[in-house]
Amino acid sequence: MIPFDYQRAEDTRSAVATVTARPGAAFLGAGTNLVDHLKLGVAAPDLLVDVSHLPFDMIEPLAGGGVRIGATVRNSDLAVDPVIRQRYPMVSAALLSGASGQLRNVATTAGNLMQRTRCPYFQDVTTPCNKRRPGSGCSALEGYHRDHAILGASRHCVAVHPSDLAVALTALGAVVQVEGVKGARSIPIIDLYRLPDDAPQHDTVLEHGELITAVDLPALPMATRSTYRKVRDRASYAFALVSVAAAVDVERGTVRDVRVALGGVAHKPWRARRAEEALRGAPATDDAFRAAAEAELAGARPLRDNAFKVPMARNTIVATLRELTRREEP
Amino acid sequence: MRVNVEVNGEQRTEDNVWEGESLLSLLRDRLGLPGAKNACEQGECGSCTVYLDGVPVCACLVAAGQAEGRSVRTVEGLADGDALHPVQQAFVEAGAVQCGFCTPGLLVATHDLLSRVSHPSDGEIREALAGNLCRCTGYEHILDAVRLAATRGGGRRDQEWRSPDRAGRPGAGAPRDTGDPECER
Repeated sequence: MIPFDYQRAEDTRSAVATVTARPGAAFLGAGTNLVDHLKLGVAAPDLLVDVSHLPFDMIEPLAGGGVRIGATVRNSDLAVDPVIRQRYPMVSAALLSGASGQLRNVATTAGNLMQRTRCPYFQDVTTPCNKRRPGSGCSALEGYHRDHAILGASRHCVAVHPSDLAVALTALGAVVQVEGVKGARSIPIIDLYRLPDDAPQHDTVLEHGELITAVDLPALPMATRSTYRKVRDRASYAFALVSVAAAVDVERGTVRDVRVALGGVAHKPWRARRAEEALRGAPATDDAFRAAAEAELAGARPLRDNAFKVPMARNTIVATLRELTRREEP
Repeated sequence: MRVNVEVNGEQRTEDNVWEGESLLSLLRDRLGLPGAKNACEQGECGSCTVYLDGVPVCACLVAAGQAEGRSVRTVEGLADGDALHPVQQAFVEAGAVQCGFCTPGLLVATHDLLSRVSHPSDGEIREALAGNLCRCTGYEHILDAVRLAATRGGGRRDQEWRSPDRAGRPGAGAPRDTGDPECER
């Protein structure tokens, strides 16, 4: 591991100013991904500014009925929060499907959103990777890519985003609050993440030194009927092959409104807007769910070894919507 | 930097610590507590599991500087002098230890599970121990050990060690993270 300096941030303003002024500096949350990258050589910051103790550890009601989740709220605490469990069960389910207890106990909300892909070539500094070293090439394109993207990829990068939480937040239409030297801004999470295009080194639109301070959930009453389903190689402690976060509002067998987002299929959490459009006003039947899933997946471009993800995503969408709509109407 | 940390109930101070070294190396190499094991160093194997402010974490991923002013309990803090903790005794009797490298982490994780859920189902045990890898036993004897410890009230004996809640944290007093309910399907 390359030596680096460490500072405990005094406050948000100075932390942001310090990191912004130093190109080699990085924020440190719980470090469950960054510390790993330091050891692997994937990241080599010369200064870590520790923000894990800044006072963003609250879950608070927002005017208008939404909920603000502080950036340093631990994944374990967020998953069991009574308001989150009751009003946004998909958020709780997504968190509990990820990592292990030891990791969730320290991992933060913002850190979860900022974690990086687990593409094996990104994490192996001996191989070409455009995300780690721009212009070096994509090893996954012709190599191991069973876990990789089927939607929105480019020839520069076929990696997928690893977060479960971000998929649920994308379905909900959450808004990320950010502090920078030029002031604060609010970014809808759908706009926070990027597709790889020709610059896969950038996972998000954040500028160097910008710090996530909170994530705002909208009121969205239908989210009380929501869930997160994650398909993976083993029962626990594995990243998603495909995951689905969904919320649905059904009245007398007809879908009034619906939210669907997919994980494990793209460089960003994938909001399934085509499926949502196809479902609004449709009967809550397997046939309609399947047609909506197929509408979304018509644009899928699988790689040599991950074509299985297309029917897997379709079937997981259908199964998730079936599970939600067969429950008693609230 | 100087790090002040409470370890197994004792206030410890260590000078000239590089903030970027891990809590695990602080414990093992500086404080003479080699119980937590250094295996994957990536947070995947759970061999370095210790309590930090009352919740189990992977010590390999916590920077020493982040432990400043906090409380740590390691596997060395489970036994009462020479008397093994019921969880440790159950691992011995059930044959849940082979090479032993994963054992300290599994003991802490099991101790935590039983302090939250006195009689866990097999699904709850599997989920609670999902972050602790063992390459020898095939896990069956470990499951036996957890069940045995549960029948002996392995979690009740020393709950005073645990913080009653995580003061200042959201959800304090709320139910704790007991893993993915999907895994019990």
